[in-house]
Amino acid sequence: MTAVPATAGKPRKPRKPIRPRRPIDDGWREFVTPEGVDLRLKIGTFGERCAAFLIDVGIVAAALLALTLLLVAIGAGTGWKGTGEAATIIWLLGFFLAREAYFIGFELRPGGATPGKRALGLRVAARDGGRLTANAVFARNAMRELEVFLPASFLFATGMGVDAGLIVLGAIWSGVFVLFPLFNRDRLRLGDLAAGTMVVKAPRRVLRPDLAQDGPVMVGAVAFTETQLDAYGIKELQVLEEVLRRADRRALAEVSTRIRAKIGWEAPLEVSDKAFLNAYYTGLRARLETRMLFGHRRADKFDRP
Amino acid sequence: MAELQLKSHRFRAEREADWRRLETLLNRVEKGGARRLNRDELVEMPLLYRQALSSLSMARAISLDQGLIAYLESLCTRAYFFVYGTRARPLERLAGFFTDEWPRAVQALWRETLVSGVLMALGAVGAYVLVARDPDWFYGFIPQALASGRDPMATTAFLHDTLYQKLTGHEALGALAAFLFTHNSQIALFAFALGFALCLPTAGLMIFNGCMLGAFLALFAAHGLAFQASGWLMIHGVTELFAVTLAGAAGFSIGWAVAFPGERTRVDAAADAGRRGALVMGGVVVMLFVAGLLEGFARQLIQNDIARLSIAAVSALVWGLYFYLPRRARPA
Repeated sequence: MTAVPATAGKPRKPRKPIRPRRPIDDGWREFVTPEGVDLRLKIGTFGERCAAFLIDVGIVAAALLALTLLLVAIGAGTGWKGTGEAATIIWLLGFFLAREAYFIGFELRPGGATPGKRALGLRVAARDGGRLTANAVFARNAMRELEVFLPASFLFATGMGVDAGLIVLGAIWSGVFVLFPLFNRDRLRLGDLAAGTMVVKAPRRVLRPDLAQDGPVMVGAVAFTETQLDAYGIKELQVLEEVLRRADRRALAEVSTRIRAKIGWEAPLEVSDKAFLNAYYTGLRARLETRMLFGHRRADKFDRP
Repeated sequence: MAELQLKSHRFRAEREADWRRLETLLNRVEKGGARRLNRDELVEMPLLYRQALSSLSMARAISLDQGLIAYLESLCTRAYFFVYGTRARPLERLAGFFTDEWPRAVQALWRETLVSGVLMALGAVGAYVLVARDPDWFYGFIPQALASGRDPMATTAFLHDTLYQKLTGHEALGALAAFLFTHNSQIALFAFALGFALCLPTAGLMIFNGCMLGAFLALFAAHGLAFQASGWLMIHGVTELFAVTLAGAAGFSIGWAVAFPGERTRVDAAADAGRRGALVMGGVVVMLFVAGLLEGFARQLIQNDIARLSIAAVSALVWGLYFYLPRRARPA
């Protein structure tokens, strides 16, 4: 934009009308319980899910490795000849059985998450809001074979000439499965699609103290006037709440200066930024909540008070 | 300044104890399962959950405290997943699967099973005819690695030996069985998982599987070893081919649901078929495990054609009765 001088003589071509852009998807989804309340869940991102998967595979592989080492130790100790064969069985069969048992077993527990998912605050849920059935858990994990371990087998395949070409084609084709979650809104992988499940964020939150609990509504002896409280709406209130909860001194100072200027606050005596903001927060929230009870929800400062 | 206290603040103060109680119970459940709760607490749980839900709706209507709403959302979500979570004891579930759910799911797919079996048979017959006419066709059906010398150039004596070869010692048998199981279950999983692409890849896989079978039989038949070869193949083949057929059937049911979803959306129809198919596939993996054992151990240890064929016949009978014997309607 800076390249075009503002005084360019040529009349500008009329621009194409700007289409209203779709709102950016923030990952929040409606999730209505059988009781009819929307729980609003956030979809787990592709990156989080990959990380969770890597943790899980790592755990399974580590367990098998430990078992193999144990076998080798036993073999060395007792002179048993079958170590090599047993190790082959462990890695061919054991890996398959262990990963299936691991994923299905953990997802069937009340937590609905493998240790990797739990570490990232993810869990599996039925997309329709109903019960997560054992069949669904089985289906989504059976599909993983196709999505992850098929491309993996192409990675390890070797071949010459036509075979090599086929392997490359196969790898590309199966890559479609790996990247499938990136091409739909809910980051569903094929297994989720087949099973009717999705992976959502379900972090634990603690109940934090109510900011309006003990904040004085007045600063010193002067209360905020109605005009002063009408300067902002709900959106600004929530930003203010975040700033107060984070309690970063520089942010507090900046926000406080802005608000003081905006509402024309002339303090008869000095109060700290935090005390001022807390008081303003409480006053603003009281005002907005009262208005809300009377049926007017003021979305932001541009909304009519 | 009691008169200045916010309504939303009073709302919170009145209910906070119940939320905390629910949170404590949930913390315990998430650590160790529902067994951590005694009977009173189990009864209490749904009540506390509904209370929390109603608090959440209320809070959204009257409170502008984001921290509170976020907390209630997370609390309700956790409680929701407990109240509507999976209810299964693994062992009970497993027993129910083998006695009831799996055979029932297989029965329900009888049309698809028939189609997938017919396709495989067509492939087998077609390949048999082609290879019998012109042995060069053999190379088109069987990859070199799998043939390992068993091709039209081989002598009758060599082919005969491959049917009765004994591995040196018993060591390699376990590994061989494990390898065969992994290989076959991957093929079966592909047949299932590729079904969603409108059945076509699955159909191709079924036909091709049949072709390999037909080509092998044609090769041995040309040397007058058809009877012996069928014993060698069928001792495990009955179980294995049946399993692969069922996997194909499960794949077909998904593909069909995607192509012709009826009144539901495609995604919903696919999800329904996928769940039913997954049930079948769980059992298919078990069948392939049995087939792998038969192939890896029984075939190498039993060298008699009649014994091999009778094992094949018995396994066909057992699977057939198990799946298709009429069952009592499920109590509702």
